[in-house]
Amino acid sequence: MRAAWLVVGTVVIAVAAGAGDPQSERQKTVEVMKNSFTARGQAGLDRLNQDEAQAACSRRPADGPVPVGVAEHIAKTSVASVKFPADGRLLGDWREGEKIAQSGIGMQFSDDPKRAAGGNCYACHELSPKELSFGTIGPSLRAFGKTRGFGPEMQRYVYMKVYNPHAFVACSTMPRFGYKGILTEAQIVHLVALLLDPASPVNQ
Amino acid sequence: MPDPMRIRATIQDSQATVRVLMSHEMETGQRKDSAGNVVPAHFIQSVVASHNGRQVFRAEWGPAVSKNPYLQFQFGGAKAGDKVQITWVDNKGETRTDEVVLR
Amino acid sequence: MRRTFWWAAAIAAATALGLLGIRVQAQPSDTIKEIERYREALADGNPAELWEARGEELWKTRRGPRQASLEACDIGKGPGVVAGAYASLPRYFADVDRVMDLETRLVHCMVTLQGFSPAETTRQVYGAGTKRSDVEALVAYVTAASRGVIMDVPMHHPKERAAYALGERIFFFRGGSHDFSCASCHGDPGKRIRLQDLPNLTDRNDAQRAYTSWPAYRVSQGELRTMQWRLYDCFRQQRFPALEFGSEASIALTAFLASNANGGTFNAPAIKR
Repeated sequence: MRAAWLVVGTVVIAVAAGAGDPQSERQKTVEVMKNSFTARGQAGLDRLNQDEAQAACSRRPADGPVPVGVAEHIAKTSVASVKFPADGRLLGDWREGEKIAQSGIGMQFSDDPKRAAGGNCYACHELSPKELSFGTIGPSLRAFGKTRGFGPEMQRYVYMKVYNPHAFVACSTMPRFGYKGILTEAQIVHLVALLLDPASPVNQ
Repeated sequence: MPDPMRIRATIQDSQATVRVLMSHEMETGQRKDSAGNVVPAHFIQSVVASHNGRQVFRAEWGPAVSKNPYLQFQFGGAKAGDKVQITWVDNKGETRTDEVVLR
Repeated sequence: MRRTFWWAAAIAAATALGLLGIRVQAQPSDTIKEIERYREALADGNPAELWEARGEELWKTRRGPRQASLEACDIGKGPGVVAGAYASLPRYFADVDRVMDLETRLVHCMVTLQGFSPAETTRQVYGAGTKRSDVEALVAYVTAASRGVIMDVPMHHPKERAAYALGERIFFFRGGSHDFSCASCHGDPGKRIRLQDLPNLTDRNDAQRAYTSWPAYRVSQGELRTMQWRLYDCFRQQRFPALEFGSEASIALTAFLASNANGGTFNAPAIKR
């Protein structure tokens, strides 16, 4: 008797999963997207091919937060994705870092692909007190090193955070600047200096 | 032929308020197109308004005025049924005249 | 020079509209009043009216191979009815058995009534200086006839509900080089990018305020821009490829955004920086 109930229960679950299968709905969305966009400049249709993290992090309110197991998996693979500079130096020039933080150029179909991309950090973060035009999508990074320390562990943390922020917060809103090839390792090292050089305006 | 102006005119105690929108590129002559060629200057140089045939307003414009310019001015001695005529002439000699009846 | 002036003017106006992040509540109240007054003055001379006038002409003139006007075009409230029509778009149209937004419907009418080829109608969907867009002018005319109308986008037909659901998925779709979705910038309250306030388009009040102010005359471009352009340029900044005019994704996303604005009072064409 109990076995029979179990069988019925399994069938019901299977039917329900088939009817509103999120996998097939997601697949349909990708298809519609691909039929609705045209490759232009450096932005090809491959930009619409979601990788594992993008697919897992495309969540509507009804989908709830990313499941713990998935989040752990994303964090683990993201940590493993980080490549460090061969010479091991993580602290560059904060002046270069400031320029990268200011620049919003890069990866748009209207951008010249020959020009180096920026990080556009100020679009979302407060950094140097001299720059009043900053966004609030991300937290303020004012006095970052001064309040958190300038040590090698912090350098490593900032480098990894910019390279692939999902290493620490799965489904972070922040772009994966290193992993996606937006910024070079050398550029990220300059951003580390912007946050962690005691002489950087961020720490004044 | 240039697009018509949008003119709105109202009167209050014999004072007329005239609002004019003009459709014009107002190119400064200092911009370059994507190929690096200078976009030739093309802007309105004079605007004249007359009230029942008598000139009540005149302006000399240059390339500093915005694209699709908006102009507002007032004058006295107006009554309902009067005609207000606006004419602009640009640096290429193109011109446009439109008229509105005060109400 | 004029650019500087317009920027100052536009920033003042946009601030009053709450589009930029300058914290208006921190300003003395007379400053707010002055900005408000300035915004009104600017709106009073909104060049969008020039597009509205040209659009009306285009709507009423016999054009195309069939020498027909658009006065028989049904944009949802019956043939030729423009009053209030935009406040209930996108919607399902039985004659084509699908959901259309205003731009797509206008193109449909230009093809079926006037006999233009689809390619002709979409050759210049976004105006650029002297290369003007008929669609933008027509949109200005039609939308102006919904000013003051309460947004009431229908969700009765299964295809309308499907468009909304798809639009929601697209809104949260992360992709591209930067992993951005619409929600990256427009999914949380009280955020700004640089100094510009970002409406949270999942919030009814923000969605109403944002959606009901498009189309708009963009002072910085000297052009009137429609919702199709708004989405196209958002996706450009999202580092996606180019959104196709009238595509299924564009209509679904518009259905999602418009429906979220239901209950708001439509107030466009507006003027923005």
